[in-house]
Amino acid sequence: MGRYIIRRTLFAIPTLIVISLIIFAILDLAPGDPTSQLPLNVPTEVRERIREALGLGDPFLVSWLKWLKLMFITEPINAFNAIFGTCIGDCTDPDRIISWSSRTPAFNIIIERIPQTLWVLGIAFIIGILIAIPVGVISAYKQYSAFDNVGTFVTMVGFSLPVFFTGLLSIIIFSVWLGWFPSFYSTTHVVDWTSWESIWFQIKQMIMPVAVLSLFNAAALSRFTRASMLDNLNQDYVRTARSKGLSENTVVTTHVMRNSMIPVVTLIALQVPGIFAGAIITEQIFRINGLGQLLIASLQSADIPMVQTLTFLFAFLIVVFNLVADVTYGVLDPRIRYD
Amino acid sequence: MKRTRLLALLAVLAMLVAACGGGDGESTTTADGGGESPTTTSDSTEPTEPPTGGEAGSGGELLLLQWQAVTHLNPYTGTGTKDIQGASLVIEPLVEYNSDGELVPSLVTEIPSIENGGISEDLTQITYNLLPDVTWSDGTPFTADDVVFTWEYCTGSEGCASAAWADVTTVEAVDDLTVTITFSAPKPWPFVPYAGAIEPVLQRAQFESCVGEAFVACEANLNPIGTGPYMVSEMRVDDTVLYEMNPSYRGIADGKPFFGTVQLKGGGTADDTARSVLSTGEAHYAWNLQVAPDILAQMEAEGNGVVDVGFNTSVEAIRLNQTNPDNPDNPSDYLEGANPNPFFFENADLARALSLAINRDEMAAVAYGAAGEPTCNVWPVEGPALSTTNDWCLTQDIEEANRILEEDLGYVDSDGDGIRELPDGTPLVWDFKTSTNQVRQDTQALVEVYWAEIGVQANMLNEDAGVFFDGASDLGIWKFFTDIQMYTNSAVGADAQGYLGDYRISQIPESSNDWGGGNIERCAREDFDATWTQLSETTLEDPARNELIIQLNDMVVEYCAIPLINRGSVSAFSNELEGYGAVNGWDTELWNIEEWRLSG
Repeated sequence: MGRYIIRRTLFAIPTLIVISLIIFAILDLAPGDPTSQLPLNVPTEVRERIREALGLGDPFLVSWLKWLKLMFITEPINAFNAIFGTCIGDCTDPDRIISWSSRTPAFNIIIERIPQTLWVLGIAFIIGILIAIPVGVISAYKQYSAFDNVGTFVTMVGFSLPVFFTGLLSIIIFSVWLGWFPSFYSTTHVVDWTSWESIWFQIKQMIMPVAVLSLFNAAALSRFTRASMLDNLNQDYVRTARSKGLSENTVVTTHVMRNSMIPVVTLIALQVPGIFAGAIITEQIFRINGLGQLLIASLQSADIPMVQTLTFLFAFLIVVFNLVADVTYGVLDPRIRYD
Repeated sequence: MKRTRLLALLAVLAMLVAACGGGDGESTTTADGGGESPTTTSDSTEPTEPPTGGEAGSGGELLLLQWQAVTHLNPYTGTGTKDIQGASLVIEPLVEYNSDGELVPSLVTEIPSIENGGISEDLTQITYNLLPDVTWSDGTPFTADDVVFTWEYCTGSEGCASAAWADVTTVEAVDDLTVTITFSAPKPWPFVPYAGAIEPVLQRAQFESCVGEAFVACEANLNPIGTGPYMVSEMRVDDTVLYEMNPSYRGIADGKPFFGTVQLKGGGTADDTARSVLSTGEAHYAWNLQVAPDILAQMEAEGNGVVDVGFNTSVEAIRLNQTNPDNPDNPSDYLEGANPNPFFFENADLARALSLAINRDEMAAVAYGAAGEPTCNVWPVEGPALSTTNDWCLTQDIEEANRILEEDLGYVDSDGDGIRELPDGTPLVWDFKTSTNQVRQDTQALVEVYWAEIGVQANMLNEDAGVFFDGASDLGIWKFFTDIQMYTNSAVGADAQGYLGDYRISQIPESSNDWGGGNIERCAREDFDATWTQLSETTLEDPARNELIIQLNDMVVEYCAIPLINRGSVSAFSNELEGYGAVNGWDTELWNIEEWRLSG
């Protein structure tokens, strides 16, 4: 297993470099100009000077190699310095990847946004799992019962209704008509864990986006869990376990579920990068201003370095979690042996 | 048990990560590498005494919503109105525009003029007398040296997005409170540098290290020190800016500003921000509401707030490509020399017919609502410089348009397909391009119908705004590789001379000048150039100036452009708010934020 992990990790590096080249090439070819958002009365010479100052004039390979060096070497060193307080390399004025629209280091902005992305999307993801698995298990166990039918119906609805519809609907009902929850998310609210009011404020502003998202997440996952459970409930070993005299509870939770969870856990692991890519539409509707919204805003203002950095980060997370999913699969299922 | 343990471990890890992320809400901005955090104003000279005098800062938090979030706070680094507005709470210009488009002093004692000796007789120098006893928010005095520095900063750095300095020879500090600007040629309207929120004064001590190479990525761009009523307490790029009252602000003795803190929150769409003010009452102000008129009216009817519009020089107009089809030395390289359109070159009758066919009232009601008023002029400002010769365009007259095309021009429909032809047989079919935007597409749909009624077929095209306004793109407006374009242009402040000067022959964008220049229509009129030169030699006090502006405006709309709508900026104000006055379309809408207070 260890050799397998090392081999996969080493193979990931050229994969990531090729991914970055493809991202770079696509963005380089794409039309769009970071000065297009300036008022029209800014003369062309000034726009040209701004473009030069941002480094738009460099040839493709030069800017790609520069970015590679910043991304793989300089930025990790900066992060290391920041976390551990050391000073490797040039720590007073290091070279950073600069976002064109805000003229600040791209990573500063990304780190600023991770809290709200994780708070809302991370918790929605977890709640989605906590709802989906029991629902899927019970639906499969009591197949075609009332619970199963209702569960199927609700998950179908949750999956089919688009997030922008359910989100907007919840705002209209709960913010405008009832006035229970705020219509937008305040990212500057610092949760004071000793103050109940502060915690309640955070919960209040999170309830709607989390509910909307977890409904969506739970739908797909519960169907998958149900299918996986059904596969296993008809196996011979279940009959053996029951005839051995084990309680129904033990049979289902200890034996059947454990085997059904193998594909489900790998699916969950593969969905984790999706948390960071963000539920873009939900973030827009509730003004959560996380990483998804950042990607969209950067695309619209042709902020190429930001888009490159973000898409590369998402690609990186996907590669990493692919490996995690494979390793988890191997850990959970003793029949699977790598190398 | 392995499975449960693994799941439990994963769950705990996820919780930990989420909790750490949330708890560090404020301090993550300091956890990055390299350099000072943008959130700390940790200068040792920062004053710590509470504000004195009356009720300044007692009003609580003011919540402002901008659906386009603020990305940085330095107008000189190239930006949109959203950033200028965010910066305007902190840094100030010497003079600013009020809601009526008049210049008012901001950091000076009076507006200079020839009478009071502030402007020299030969129109090459302007002298500003600064307000005494003004300090920056860090306690240091505001002096003429900072004003001079701002000029050095912008002219000394590549990428400074300000065109105000092109004809400035020097900026000199005569003494601590007096600044003289010298221009290279007589400038009747000298209020371009330091006028309006787009040209603020920056502190030398803070921005000195930002000149030159360091210009683009300077930390100070996110946290400028200013003389304004507020200072930045936390800046989250493209998200939220938090401000707190500036304890050194000169209005504190009068109880201004009323609000102690301001939150400028960005994100979402215009509809969302309007809803948060007008429906749920959670915020006090929402900016730039490009919302469908009926939806906005519905929200306003709920009674929690008001919607107001501020107009300036923004005019959405149809621009007719004036490339001369018969000129082989065509400087515009229209379509690389192939097939320029034969319709619009100096064709005043055709332009008139096209303009008469358009029902501007209907267009304004359908597409713009309160945010647009029909206009027939590229200089639409109320006052003695407003032309009335083109007001015939306000009434749609299909019959007259058809008559002009049929009789005066001889464009008849000889083959009965509903489309007229030129005398040589070319059908009146052309391309009409604008940016991708619901309002613009609605406008195009209307124009298509109106022009079909007079026997013209316009192919409606649209490009993404990022491409349409890209100076380097073949699809961008400057290259004008199409027949008709539609977009909005506006002047800088109230400078009619500078704005109309863009229509001179020298300002035609062509490949030889790298497509630089504001005469995108390629309007080439010798009489225009002559009249403009006359204007540039006429002083502000001379009444002939208004007449010249009217003439220039009429020359442009004769056949180069068909003005449609004078666009205003729509904003919503909560009923709890008062003191904001009329919406200021000429400068930042937050120009008088120190006067805003809670009503009752």
